Amino acid sequence: MSDVSLKSVVKRHGDALILRGISLDIRDGEFLTLVGPSGCGKSTLLRIIAGLDMQDSGEVMIAGRSVDGLRPKDRDVAMVFQSYALYPHLSVFDNIALPLRVRRLGGLQRMPLLGGLMPGRRAIENDIRCEVEETAATLDISHLLGRKPGQLSGGQRQRTALGRALVRHPAVFLMDEPLSNLDAKLRVQMRTEISGLHRRLGSTFLFVTHDQGEAMTMSDRVAVMMGGELIQVGAPEELYHDPHDLRVAEFIGSPKINVMPVEALVGEGRNMCAIFPGAATLAFRPEAADLSSPATAPLSGRIAAVENLGSDIFIQVAVTEAGVPLPIIVRVKPSSGRFTIGDAVGICPDPERIVQFAASGRRLRAQGREHVAA
Amino acid sequence: MALVAGRRRREHGIAWLAIAPAVALLILLLFGPILAVAVFSFTDWQIGSSSLRFLGLDNYRALFADGVFWKALANTALYVAIVVPGTVILGLAVALLIEARPALRSFYRAAHFLPVMSTMAAMAIVWSTMLHPTIGLVNRLLAEFGISGVNWLRDERTVLPALAVIGIWQSFGFAMVLFVAGLKSIPQSLFDAAAIDGADGLLDRLRTVTLPMLGPVTMFVLILTAKRAFEVFDTVRVLTKGGPNFASDVLLHRLYTESFDFLRTGYGAALTVVYLAVVMLLTRAQARILDRRVHYT
Repeated sequence: MSDVSLKSVVKRHGDALILRGISLDIRDGEFLTLVGPSGCGKSTLLRIIAGLDMQDSGEVMIAGRSVDGLRPKDRDVAMVFQSYALYPHLSVFDNIALPLRVRRLGGLQRMPLLGGLMPGRRAIENDIRCEVEETAATLDISHLLGRKPGQLSGGQRQRTALGRALVRHPAVFLMDEPLSNLDAKLRVQMRTEISGLHRRLGSTFLFVTHDQGEAMTMSDRVAVMMGGELIQVGAPEELYHDPHDLRVAEFIGSPKINVMPVEALVGEGRNMCAIFPGAATLAFRPEAADLSSPATAPLSGRIAAVENLGSDIFIQVAVTEAGVPLPIIVRVKPSSGRFTIGDAVGICPDPERIVQFAASGRRLRAQGREHVAA
Repeated sequence: MALVAGRRRREHGIAWLAIAPAVALLILLLFGPILAVAVFSFTDWQIGSSSLRFLGLDNYRALFADGVFWKALANTALYVAIVVPGTVILGLAVALLIEARPALRSFYRAAHFLPVMSTMAAMAIVWSTMLHPTIGLVNRLLAEFGISGVNWLRDERTVLPALAVIGIWQSFGFAMVLFVAGLKSIPQSLFDAAAIDGADGLLDRLRTVTLPMLGPVTMFVLILTAKRAFEVFDTVRVLTKGGPNFASDVLLHRLYTESFDFLRTGYGAALTVVYLAVVMLLTRAQARILDRRVHYT
C-alpha cells in the first residue's frame, strides 16, 4: 500500500500563508497531478511530502504511517526535479547507482580506495550493477551509461533522473515539473513515456505542473490548487465539463473557456439559456458554440482573428454586446468554409453546455442551489 | 579589393594605437626588467657601478653550489606545503560554518577577512610580540595548560612552522570569501536530490555535492594561495631576517639580501631567473593537473 494522505497541512513564510490547510488523499497506484499557476504553493506541498521542508501544522502520512518526523531518505519516496539535479561529476551509471550505494554500502566500503579492499563489497556492487543496467534498459539509456550529464541532451538527462528515482522502487514517485525544461515535441513524447511507466509499475505518482494540458492527458485525478488552497479534485473529464469554481473553468482547457458577465446579455442574448438566480457569470467552451447568421443568434459581432491549427479552426469574435471584454472563441471544423476578418457573425452556444457561476465564483446548478464545496 | 586592404590597415593601425599605452607599460615594467635581469645574471655588475664584466655561467655555478640557496629553496617548499593546505582547508571549513546559519553572516565574513586587508609588516610586529618567549600571549596561554612554550622565532625547528601559521592566518580569509561565493552558486536542488537519495550526512554531502561543485573555485584558490605563499617576504624580513642560521630563509628573501644588502646584483639576478622559472613551472603544472579533474557543468 503506498497511498499518501495529507491532513490540514499549513505552511507559512514569515507572515504570508503559503498553504492554507491542505487535505488530500492520494490512492495507492494513482497518478495524481497537482496543477495550478506559478506561486500557488504546489511545489512547496511536494517538498513537504518529500520531507525537504517541514509543515507548520497538519499531518502527512505515507503508506498508512505518519512520516512527520522522518528524514527524506526514510520516507521511501523518490523525486524528479525540474532541473534534473543530476550529479555533474558522476557518470550516468554512477548517478543511477548512487541511491543504492549510499544505502547498501557501509561508510568504509564507500571510501574511494580503501573501499575496494573491504569484504563483501564486490557482491553488493554486482547486484547494484545488475539493477542499474536493468533500469537503464527500461528507459532506453543503456548506451549512455558511461557519459556524464554534461554530455547528454535534455531528454536523456530527464531519463537519467527518472532512472535514479526508478532504481529505488519507492512507494511514491514525486515529480516537480519534470517536463518544463524540455521543448514542446519532447514534452509530448515524455508525457506518453511517463504515463506508460506508471501503467507498467503501478506505483503512486504525484506530478506537479503548471501546464493544464499535461495534467489532463496524464492523470487519473487532477487537483487544482490556487492561492494555497485546493479548489477542486477529480478526474480530468470532471474538471473540464463540471468545474466547481470559475477559476477551475478558466484554468483548465485550451483555448480558455469563454466567460461573460450576465449583465452583458441584452435582447436576444437573454434567450441564450435559463439564467439561475444569483448567477453573475456565464461560461461555455469554444466547441460548445456554433457560428450562425448575426440576425438570429443570441450573440453577434465581427471576426477579430482566425487561428487555423489544421485539425480545428478557432475563430475569435469581438462581440458587440458591451461588457464582454475579451473576444469569444468558437471552434469550427475546417470544412466549414472560409472566414475573413471583419465578417459579421452570430454565436449560438449550446444551452445544455453553458455553466453558470455566482459572484463568489462558485458554480451554480439547477434550482439555483449553490454548489457545496466537496 | 584595395579599399578593403586599406581599411584593414587603418583598423590595425588604430588597434595598435589603442593598445600602445598598455604595451608600453608591459615592456617598461615587466618584459624589460625581466630581460635586464636575465642579462645581468651573466655579469658581475653591482648597483651603482659604471662598468661590468661578462662572466658567462659563473653566477649560476656559484648559485647551485651554495648550500644556503638549497636551504632557502627547501624552506620555501616546506612553507608552501604547510600554508596551501592549511589555508584551503581552514578557508573551506570557515566558509561552510558561515553558510550553515543565517545569523551574523556579514559580521563573521568581515571578521575573518580582516587579516587579508591588514598590512603584513605591521601585523608581523604584532605577531612577534605574541610569540615572545616569556611575555608573549602564545606562551602565556600554553603555560595555563602546563605546556612550556619554546622561543618560536629563535628556535631553528619551530621558526618556519611559526611563520607558516602566520601565513595561514593572513591568507585564509581570502580563500574563505571565494568559497562562500562558490557555495552560494551550488543549486539547492542538488542538496535536495542528495537528501532524498540518502546522502544527507555531513561527509556524504561534502563528498557527493559540495566538493565536486566547488572544483573550479578550489582550483582557483589553490593556485592563488600557492602563488602568494611562494612570494612570502614581509614576515621573514621583519621577524627573523632569514635566521636563525638560515632556518627561515626563503627564496625571495635570499634574493633581496643578496641583491640589496650584499649588493651582489649579478648573483641576485641569477637567483631571480631561477625563481621566475620555478614559479612558471609550478603554475603550469598546477593548472594542467587540476584542469583535468575539475568539472565545469
